Amino acid sequence: MNRLGNYDVIVVGAGHAGIEAAVAAAKLGARTALFTLTLDGVANLPCNPSIGGTAKGHLVREIDALGGVMGIAADATFLQSRMLNMGKGPAVHSLRVQTDRKKYHIYMKHLLECTKNLELKQAQITAVCTRQGHVTGVETQLHAFYGAKAVVLCTGTYLGGRIFVGDASYDGGPDGVHAATQLTQSLRKLGLPLRRFKTGTPARVHRRSIDFSRLVCQKGDDSIQPFSFLTKGEMKNRVDCYIAFTNEATHDVIRANLHRSPLYGGAIEGIGPRYCPSIEDKVVRFAEKTRHQIFVEPCGEDTEEMYLQGMSSSLPEDVQNAMYRTIDGFEHLEIMRPAYAIEYDCIDPTALCPTLETKAVKGLFGAGQFNGTSGYEEAAAQGLLAGINAARAVRGQQGVVLARQESYIGTLVDDLVTKGVMDPYRMMTSRSEYRLYLRQDNADERLTPLGRAIGLVDDARWADFCARKAAKQAELTRLEQTVVRPVQANEVLAKRGEPPLQSGASAADLLRRPALHYGDVASMVGDGEAMTPFLRYCVEVELKYAGYVRRQKSQIERTRRYENMPIPEEFDYSLLTGVSLEAREKLAKIRPRNVGQASRIPGVSPADTACLAVALAKQQGAAARRQAQHNKEEI
Amino acid sequence: MEHTIAALATPPGEGGLAVIRISGEDAYRVAATVFRPRTRGRSVEQAKGYTAMLGFFEENGVVRDEVVALCFRAPKSYTGEDVVELSCHGGSAVCSALLRACYAAGAQPAGPGEFTKRAFLNGRISLTQAEAVMDLIGATSRQGAAAAAAAMEGALYRKITAVRQALVALAGHLAAFIDYPEEDVEELSTEAMGRTLREQKAVLDELVRGYDTGAVLRRGVQAAIVGSPNVGKSTLLNLLSGFERAIVTPIAGTTRDVVEQELSLGGVRIHLADTAGIRATQDIVEAEGIRRSYAKLQQAGLVLAVFDASKPLEEGDIELAKACIGRPALAILNKTDLEKQAREEQLTPYFSKIISISAKDSAFLPAVEQAVADVLGVAHADPDALLLANERQLAAAKAAQAALKDALAAVEGGYTLDAAGVCVDDALNALYALTGENASEDVIEEVFSKFCVGK
Repeated sequence: MNRLGNYDVIVVGAGHAGIEAAVAAAKLGARTALFTLTLDGVANLPCNPSIGGTAKGHLVREIDALGGVMGIAADATFLQSRMLNMGKGPAVHSLRVQTDRKKYHIYMKHLLECTKNLELKQAQITAVCTRQGHVTGVETQLHAFYGAKAVVLCTGTYLGGRIFVGDASYDGGPDGVHAATQLTQSLRKLGLPLRRFKTGTPARVHRRSIDFSRLVCQKGDDSIQPFSFLTKGEMKNRVDCYIAFTNEATHDVIRANLHRSPLYGGAIEGIGPRYCPSIEDKVVRFAEKTRHQIFVEPCGEDTEEMYLQGMSSSLPEDVQNAMYRTIDGFEHLEIMRPAYAIEYDCIDPTALCPTLETKAVKGLFGAGQFNGTSGYEEAAAQGLLAGINAARAVRGQQGVVLARQESYIGTLVDDLVTKGVMDPYRMMTSRSEYRLYLRQDNADERLTPLGRAIGLVDDARWADFCARKAAKQAELTRLEQTVVRPVQANEVLAKRGEPPLQSGASAADLLRRPALHYGDVASMVGDGEAMTPFLRYCVEVELKYAGYVRRQKSQIERTRRYENMPIPEEFDYSLLTGVSLEAREKLAKIRPRNVGQASRIPGVSPADTACLAVALAKQQGAAARRQAQHNKEEI
Repeated sequence: MEHTIAALATPPGEGGLAVIRISGEDAYRVAATVFRPRTRGRSVEQAKGYTAMLGFFEENGVVRDEVVALCFRAPKSYTGEDVVELSCHGGSAVCSALLRACYAAGAQPAGPGEFTKRAFLNGRISLTQAEAVMDLIGATSRQGAAAAAAAMEGALYRKITAVRQALVALAGHLAAFIDYPEEDVEELSTEAMGRTLREQKAVLDELVRGYDTGAVLRRGVQAAIVGSPNVGKSTLLNLLSGFERAIVTPIAGTTRDVVEQELSLGGVRIHLADTAGIRATQDIVEAEGIRRSYAKLQQAGLVLAVFDASKPLEEGDIELAKACIGRPALAILNKTDLEKQAREEQLTPYFSKIISISAKDSAFLPAVEQAVADVLGVAHADPDALLLANERQLAAAKAAQAALKDALAAVEGGYTLDAAGVCVDDALNALYALTGENASEDVIEEVFSKFCVGK
């Protein structure tokens, strides 16, 4: 083994998790190396050529607010942008863009190459080395050893990856890249609980083989909101997407060939995501549906490849051809890359701390699909946190834990490490009990101060944030203090079908009415100073939902006492009396950081939580007495 | 200090006194809402620690009971927090009404062993007691779990589960509709949503309304026979109990103290108190008896007000009738075997139910039973509506009810689905708390089992 280098932090895998981890660690001053199986696969989008979506868009905003890079890159390379859920309320407004796959790769690769303290290297990592339970470095397939004080595993679907198409299967990762075949064994030896998950992707097809006149066209938004709080200037859509539908003939082909699917034939042992069913799953489980939707999305501006969202499959290639061609507009479809299912190795995330460090090996972190999630945004969010904490661990600083009460990232990580997962985890707005407060419009207010404290928010972002916050506050104050007289308001109110004013009311109170928007109120009292379209939106949301947000904040306040009750790492649960056997086992396995986290473990009842709190207080009391005794003896 | 909790600190059931303990940062504010000091200008919120104050518990402006408030200031209290202990008369009707008033004022039901737990956490009890505390919490929760398991077989569990399933379906649909905007998930109309919310809220409304009636059926009710001297109160007691319990003489004022009797009337357990006749008197013993009569009337969950039908109603009768306004009271015009002199319409403004009987004649017993059942609201009670068994369940049902009300307000007020969705979540959590189950991933499960969503 040749020792070829020494780093503070080594990141394994240059997908969305690995990129955020490496950039964050490097920006925080850690000497960082990022290893990838192929430099041509950096920041690959092996599935949807899109970023964002419900809850995922929230994650991207949060990553950006903390100083991560996904939002900026997505803004720079988008093809079409839409704000989803506009009619369903500000808490669930979600940004989603179609992304130019190649440009995204080029943008990110170049960004990595230009990042100070960061070296980008092509190599397959075959082992993680440790001494006395602490990471010391990694070995490569070329028998090189690289020393590191912390290692972040972002192995995606490449770790033990195996691809299935019909009865054919082979070891490999997406897009012709080989799998990482030896690392799993090394990780098992370290005592990490590994398991197998499965996911899948639809075919990529040639644009010329589709009859778009038979499809429904889907345009982007007229006015585009960027992901990043830093992105300024006009943004323009460059492509359209299309919608097609399966029909009974499609379903007949699938049903007739189910026995040839490795999913139904039993060849695949991995557990697939419930929310990402293959088309054969959909046809079997929702037999009553006569058609399923397919989104036809361009993969880039410099390619004719189109992605068929909604048609992921592991049926044999001949069945895929037959099945796709039953669809209206797809009669002459030319498949360029067939759909496939892929199995890969990942960790049971309850073996992780909320800092994303493994409990078994100090200095070893995980992020992304390795931790049992699915999705680029989920991966990037964890990568950012793992990178921050790897750099902090190297410097001997305490790990950062994001509260579930303050962010979707915190919710994601808390769900993973506290509840564990049964299938690949996808973020959803319904997973957050605090979703009226955790909105994408206030991600900066929730997280940028923390990003600044951590050291990822540079002066430019900080100044931008402070100015935006001040302008918003000033406008809120102005609207509260400005009295609108009936003559100013009633014409607009009548137009909106609202009851007229009898006497003066504050502009803020008017804006609180569900039927009125900022523009309506501005027509009465004028526009605020330094108001951008985004700030107008923020001010309106802030006022309209103040009551609901207050209610959520008071719920958050109530949880705080337990959150602030830490549990020592070495706490002996076998001595904990009064709790159920199940609760004791679960507590000992998860080893929660504080009583709040303990209370969220499935199987731990409120009474168990109370017992734990009492036991902790007892221990603290005893420790304090020992300390007092000790002090006395010293004197 | 933590959120404020309240619970009965004395053993449940009958007893001379019952103590309700309120502990937490809002203890004094809660106490001030339910307790009116007797001395004008005094306020329980200003009370110093280690002081007692005499006053009243009122409901809708009517005095329900005389109450003593014992005030403790943090950290010098049992729990180490601000504590007010309200001592009222034992008897489930008054004391549970007082407890409920505390919950309405913002206190939450105390969990098993919670006062003791807080006492420990605040250093008010010694370390050596810690194990005992944990055993206590453990034991009570196991007991609670056993009770919950038993309840799981029961009608309440089935009813709550049905409400929960409807809400999970709604929340699941909402989640699918919101989290998968691009899939063809059927749109959830505000009408449909409002309909589901109203239907499920109606079930909870019925449960909450039925709580008092349910409590009456389970625990029985304190009843008082009141009336002017010699209108036949003791005769009525004897009629009801089926044997001569009270001394009956034609001499007014024979019953000088309260004679008590337990009996079953129309399926309801009744703790009956025959009282001294109410009239102006010089006799000290009798005066004391009359004072107790009024006290009983105020505390009673059922008032049987007896009037002599053979004489015109007197001023004292009307005064008594007035004291019965708003109470669960039955007016009984006795002595119909004699010529009728009393004018029944004089009583109608004060009573919801008036019957005429001759207490000497046992043939009238069924009529009395029926009238009592009517007054208590158990006559036509739907047994399904009487399922909430204790104050904790009631508080949880009310929390769910309030959350559904908020959800409806959001839907009907033109707010967007996200706001309503969070309120539905709150209602679901309250219902999980009611049946003692952990809120699970039910909603997420619902999304993926019912809706075909995903890439």
